Amino acid sequence: MAGRVAGKVAFITGAARGQGRSHAIRLAEEGADIIAIDVCEDVATVPYGGATEADLAETVKQVEALDRRIVARKADVRDYNSLKAALDDGVAQLGKLDIVSANAGIFSSAPAAELTEEQWGQMIDVNLSGVWRTCKAAIPHLVANHGGSIIITSSTAGLKGGPNYAHYVSAKHGVVGLMRTLALELAPQSIRVNSIHPTIVDTPMVQNDSLYELFLPAEEHPTKEQFAAVSQSMQIMPIPWVDPVDISNALLFLASDEARYVTGVTLPVDAGQTQK
Amino acid sequence: MGKLEGKVAFITGAARGQGRSHAVRLAREGADIIAVDICQQIASVAYPMSTPDDLAETAKQVEALDRRIFTAQADVRDEAQLKQAFEQGTAELGPVDIVLANAGIAPMDLPGHELHQAWQDVIDVNLTGVFNTVETAIPSMIERGQGGAIVLTSSTAGITGVGGPTRGGLGYTASKHGVVGLMRSYANTLAPHSIRVNSVHPTGVNTPMVVNDFMAQFLAQDPQMSNAMANALPVDMVEPVDISNAIVWLVSDDARYVTGVTLPVDAGFTNKK
Repeated sequence: MAGRVAGKVAFITGAARGQGRSHAIRLAEEGADIIAIDVCEDVATVPYGGATEADLAETVKQVEALDRRIVARKADVRDYNSLKAALDDGVAQLGKLDIVSANAGIFSSAPAAELTEEQWGQMIDVNLSGVWRTCKAAIPHLVANHGGSIIITSSTAGLKGGPNYAHYVSAKHGVVGLMRTLALELAPQSIRVNSIHPTIVDTPMVQNDSLYELFLPAEEHPTKEQFAAVSQSMQIMPIPWVDPVDISNALLFLASDEARYVTGVTLPVDAGQTQK
Repeated sequence: MGKLEGKVAFITGAARGQGRSHAVRLAREGADIIAVDICQQIASVAYPMSTPDDLAETAKQVEALDRRIFTAQADVRDEAQLKQAFEQGTAELGPVDIVLANAGIAPMDLPGHELHQAWQDVIDVNLTGVFNTVETAIPSMIERGQGGAIVLTSSTAGITGVGGPTRGGLGYTASKHGVVGLMRSYANTLAPHSIRVNSVHPTGVNTPMVVNDFMAQFLAQDPQMSNAMANALPVDMVEPVDISNAIVWLVSDDARYVTGVTLPVDAGFTNKK
């Protein structure tokens, strides 16, 4: 049986690990070839380790094990030129571009009044401007392709506020505005643009001591189990977090022709968090 | 292997249009179907409604896919009828995992020729009928304890104030907004049972409810209305299968943690507002 995105080419940022790797694998399972980039470095204001080149190599290995092609480059969404060069090279090798997953993102925390200029600036640079740069580089290829699907990874924090990460909330709200505008600008060219809004996802961005401390400020050494209870209380379904593949399955639907008339939509995959 | 192998789906308004498409699309993914439809005219509705032959055609198409189907003529306004059909259907096919509250009418009337009954009829079918459908299905789903997925068919008129100033048009928009409130409340109350509840919001779909002489007249009498109904993507209408594809995703394990969501399938219509 032909895959649900057979013959399509997808560009994924932040593809070395976490949700990005999961997207690469899930799309490849359904027949897509992949152009993958990741910064593969620690980011100064981020309290957990960044992805590595070994992580990106693992994504390559897993996509190739599915007999799909992948062009992977170390590139930073904060640097338009390196991002564009990586994408252009990928399109030259794989022939075209159909799907864009603007997934690269970081997390850090502090009360709004205590955020430093650097924390604020870096967050906006990666999680908002990085998404715009990704789209800017991709749009000419999608226009040349006479259509395509852009999926922007926002967050439940793109639909509601949350204490102690105002910069993250602002960036994730910002990409919704970008999504809605691009959906309008690009509809005449049959390019669809949507955003996904995950709740807590079981990835390295979430599962680290710094985030546990944010959600369990009274505990001296909060554990994953303690965090699970707090996390579950944020949702209406009886689960602590979702898996990366749950986001990938939503992305796959939006990327495929099954959603050929879905555009301008904010799609939560959040176990009901935004309904609570 | 289909995404819905071994599941049973209860679908209202299944004789034709979107409902038939859902029945066939879900059957293609391996589900068995309990299909109900009124198969009768409602006086305030200006276009011809479904017939027993339509429902028989749905059955034929599902059976052609080697899936089982139980059909019954039942009116979603009548809780007792609906309950009887549900019980007979589950007795034959087994317990229900999926509920699609799809039955709906669009009693759009022309200004100056409004039918007094249009408001009440559209509220009765599109809102109370959805309530009756979910109420019919949930006791057995909760008791069984294996979760499930419910999709309520709303409309772009469930999130924007389109539909016009007439009794029928206002009732349509109010009913489709009301469905969103039902969806959100059910999502909250049923989440502890791992029963997910979402709504879909189609733009104009190529079905007999939309493509008929009366609707053409309705849109022609007010060019502004026609312009206001234009999509962002370069397509006049979407096809029933586009709504069915969204529903298959929502009710499958691919969306196992998606609940409480309003999902437009609207070619960018609501984003343009």
